[in-house]
Amino acid sequence: MSVIDVAPRAEARGAPRRPKPGPALQHGKVGFVLAFLAVPVVIYGLFVLSPYVQAIYISLTDWSGLTASQTFVGFDNYVRLFEDDQFWVALKNNVILMLVVPVVTLALGLFFASMINVGRRGKSGIEGVRGSKVYRVVYFFPLVLSMAVIGVLFKYVFAPTEAGGIFNGLLGLVGLDGLTQPWLGDPRFAFWCVVVVMIWAFVGFYVVLFSAAMQSIPKDIYEAALLDGSSRFTTFRHVTLPLVWDTVQVGWVYMAIQAMDGFALVHIMLGISGGPSRAGDVLGVALYRSAFNSYRFGYASAIGVVLLVLTLIISVLFMRAARRERVEL
Amino acid sequence: MTTTSVDHPPPPAPPAEPASPRRGPGVGAGAGALNLLNGGFMLVWALITTLPLLWAIISSFKTNTEFLSDPWGLPETLRFDNFARAWSTANIGQYFVNSVIVVAISVPLTMLLGAMAAYVLARYDFPGNRVVYFGFVGGMIFPVFLALVPLFFVVRNLQNLPLLGEFLGLNSHLSLALVYVAFSMPFTVFFLTAFFRTQPTSIAEAAIMDGCSHFGLFFRVMLPMAKPGLISIGLFNVLGHWNQYILPVVLMNEPEKKVLAQGLAALAISQGYRGDWTALFAGLVIALLPVLIVYILFQKQVQAGLTAGVLK
Repeated sequence: MSVIDVAPRAEARGAPRRPKPGPALQHGKVGFVLAFLAVPVVIYGLFVLSPYVQAIYISLTDWSGLTASQTFVGFDNYVRLFEDDQFWVALKNNVILMLVVPVVTLALGLFFASMINVGRRGKSGIEGVRGSKVYRVVYFFPLVLSMAVIGVLFKYVFAPTEAGGIFNGLLGLVGLDGLTQPWLGDPRFAFWCVVVVMIWAFVGFYVVLFSAAMQSIPKDIYEAALLDGSSRFTTFRHVTLPLVWDTVQVGWVYMAIQAMDGFALVHIMLGISGGPSRAGDVLGVALYRSAFNSYRFGYASAIGVVLLVLTLIISVLFMRAARRERVEL
Repeated sequence: MTTTSVDHPPPPAPPAEPASPRRGPGVGAGAGALNLLNGGFMLVWALITTLPLLWAIISSFKTNTEFLSDPWGLPETLRFDNFARAWSTANIGQYFVNSVIVVAISVPLTMLLGAMAAYVLARYDFPGNRVVYFGFVGGMIFPVFLALVPLFFVVRNLQNLPLLGEFLGLNSHLSLALVYVAFSMPFTVFFLTAFFRTQPTSIAEAAIMDGCSHFGLFFRVMLPMAKPGLISIGLFNVLGHWNQYILPVVLMNEPEKKVLAQGLAALAISQGYRGDWTALFAGLVIALLPVLIVYILFQKQVQAGLTAGVLK
């Protein structure tokens, strides 16, 4: 056992953000670092990095997969993509998923989270509504389920009445028989059913996320607002919202990226061609169809690059938003 | 109370004042009505969340006639044979076992490899450290879809490897597990690197001085200390891998190799709206009940694990 001078290391104890290893930690370091990094890097490089790099190249070829030849065709795939009406249908739906789903989901999440944490004005001041604990557990149910399982479930919820569709049954039950539809069979409604299901699936996530943020707000701010006669809405608008705004922004990006992948829901609820009149198509499904049904691998990869660009746009927007001032407590 | 720059000592928040003798402003009859209304909204959303799930569970015990004629009623007798049909005839049993095999390989491997990489990246200075770190973490913003086409061929070509080839390739559970591991690396490494950085250097120094090797330091000191972080990210990965859909759809096309979510979806797609509904619902319940039970038992940890990514 070697005696080394540990005294200079003592001050590092307080701020261990990037620990500089002392001499003892230098011994035999290189072999250790290599041994620990080799396998993760190889697996990651093989299955993640190399496919991404290849995909960008494949998008510039006319590769059909069955032949070995990949002819470089420049931006031909992109030109064809932009001339394809179906691409624009899918892109429009993806933009709806990126904008509508986060806005509605976050709004509902904020509302329910503020109800759970500070929704009730009782004798003892501000508290959550009755049964808050139960709601927090129940609202989160969909989050632990696979999107595929949720898709299967709602395929039957929205089924025609004669196939046991419970949504139509419910409309009949409350006397709205006139509104019953073959929901997933009508190009006007099919995609919006997917939107609704996606919102259903994610609200609970934001309830939990925003609850965590709201619990760190000291209760006496609310007591003070109450004494000042501030209405619930004013309190929400001027106290709660500014103090959780950071989390809302991060949540928006996360939701927008999640929503980009409508693949499982559209594939299962509407089918591989994107539903009636292909009106419910999304880019993920279009990519899968081009690649594994028609073997147009170059074209499919071009759709993948478009998806990448959309994701990058969201990320850049997020980073700009995140640079704004935070409200510190 | 319109100020947004609230200057305040940090929590702990003081306990709520004891009930004041007089009602504060805003706590009158109108407030009572609002309390009721808000409570109503909460209840409605709770019903919207649970009713479809309850409907699926109840339907899985009915006959197909009962399912159509009386969607809201309880079954006359509990039809457990629906589950038997789902399990064997509809192959859900096989899919369930396949899912268990894949997750049993992929999650421990993700945790081990992710922790190894994160630990080295967090605590050892070497040239290229930042490059490797951002190489891993950068993977978080790339959509999986972009990788699908080349990934299909990468995995297919693995079967040509000498020795290992026969265990890999398409329709191999080992391949699928390795792909899960690879795609879980970005987030796992990101999360655990932050975790390992907060561990005190003094303990590492002390362990090394006591004659611990770098390997021993990691496995006997650092890894046990990172347990809370490992549990969060572990639950995150278990659910993520168990629920994965797009990767198995691309990589597993032989019917008997499918995983649970994929197999169930394939059944629903091929069966459409005519067929053996109650067996399908039994399959659905087989898929959703285990996860729901695990969640109810470990709600706190699961919620923390799944939201950890955004909160970091």
